[in-house]
Amino acid sequence: MDVIIESLPQYWDGFLRTLFLAVVSGIIALVVGTLLAAARVSPVKALRGFSMAYVEIVRNTPLTIAFFFAAVVLPRLGVTFEQFEVAAIIALSAYTSAFIAEAVRSGVNSVPVGQAEAARSIGMNFAQVLNYIILPQALRTVIPPMINILIALVKNSSVAGAFFVLELFGYGKQLANAHGDSVLWVLVGVAIFYLLITVPLGYVASQVERKVAIAR
Amino acid sequence: MSSVLYDVPGPKARRASLIASIIGGLLIAGLLGLALLTLGKQGIFESQRWAVFSIPDVWGLIGNGIVATLSAAAVAAVLAFPLGLLLCLFRISTVAWIRVPTRIVLEFLRGMPVVLMMFFVLLVFATGSFVAVVAGLVLYNAAIFAEIIRAGVQSLPKGQREAGLAIGLTGFQSRLSIELPQAIRRMLPSLVAQLVVLLKDTSLGYIVSYEELLRKVQIMADFLGPQFLFPVFFVAAAIYIAINFSVSRLAIWIERRGSKKAAGGVATAAAVEIPTGAK
Repeated sequence: MDVIIESLPQYWDGFLRTLFLAVVSGIIALVVGTLLAAARVSPVKALRGFSMAYVEIVRNTPLTIAFFFAAVVLPRLGVTFEQFEVAAIIALSAYTSAFIAEAVRSGVNSVPVGQAEAARSIGMNFAQVLNYIILPQALRTVIPPMINILIALVKNSSVAGAFFVLELFGYGKQLANAHGDSVLWVLVGVAIFYLLITVPLGYVASQVERKVAIAR
Repeated sequence: MSSVLYDVPGPKARRASLIASIIGGLLIAGLLGLALLTLGKQGIFESQRWAVFSIPDVWGLIGNGIVATLSAAAVAAVLAFPLGLLLCLFRISTVAWIRVPTRIVLEFLRGMPVVLMMFFVLLVFATGSFVAVVAGLVLYNAAIFAEIIRAGVQSLPKGQREAGLAIGLTGFQSRLSIELPQAIRRMLPSLVAQLVVLLKDTSLGYIVSYEELLRKVQIMADFLGPQFLFPVFFVAAAIYIAINFSVSRLAIWIERRGSKKAAGGVATAAAVEIPTGAK
């Protein structure tokens, strides 16, 4: 167990880097995902088609494939990154945005039809209906699934550790190699730091869910 | 879906939409063209690079990779389902000293990255990589299955359990013969959708050196030379997407079929939000 206390600086650094990866990719994914969802319900056919194709392909692609592409294939094709973090953020946000898009779309579908009809009857156009009436309500109902997607994102960022990024899992691998005799405790330490992020977020999700359930 | 979000487009809007579609299409085509051009500059389209696929051994290795991927997924799914069922029973037990520890275990399993579990099993129990991959997948997915089935049980009308108790079944019998069968059937689409996640997660085996499809790609590229990395990777990615896509379609088909049946039957297949990870 001493090894956990001994390695606290590494754990802390890894913890911060995991948080950094998750927060940056999370923000990008939220923006891109909402745009994708808006494209999916828009009157323009090309946008609908593009959004659908993107979401379907990305959702059926394993994250490891995306990382492999960003970290191993792209450099061979002449696209190199100064830091592996950039590749990791691209892979994570591209992957997560597809799930966000699906969540937002299901939220849009959950808004009662009358809301859109009322908005249109007072003369709003598509952009206004979406911005002022539908999306604010939709986003509210999808907060719990969204938090679950972000929890998954935190866990998914561990894949980055296998592709040269030193975050929690990356440090875990390193520490496990250095302390061959106490691998068990090293990895328990890593697990604890992940749980520090995911368990409270899960609690928040279920609390919000309860609140939304009462409101509707 | 005829949307209520906008009017049925008239001639003017149709023209605007057409123009927007053409511009958007050109933009996407342009980006794709640029990507292809960049790839072409790297010599990706030279026929000799793709000639690797005329070597039977390459297909043999890809085939081995697919078999390894699917067998890990199949074994994990077969083991995870009963374990998930058991965990669900414990989780909804009326006995606190069974329910509370189970809840803690489930939180723990759901809150950890799958790859960390695989790594843990690999190093701590010094198993082979197959066992590590399967164990990681089983632990994680059993926890998710348990939560899905629990959501199904909780979505049942209260009368189901009450009726069971009223005809003299014990609580356990009611769970087993009345509630669980309905819950599982109701949650079938979610359970199948989770299988896609499980299938996708087998590719994490790459990280613990399990020789699944992606690892085979790496091995082939190391062996044949880096210039063949892209073609082999491209084919492997396409295979992964094709397999996962088929299973996703299966989930959607089951969902449609379920809701059609429910329309004539008693239970309404309420869309219950399940708190699964979105992987």
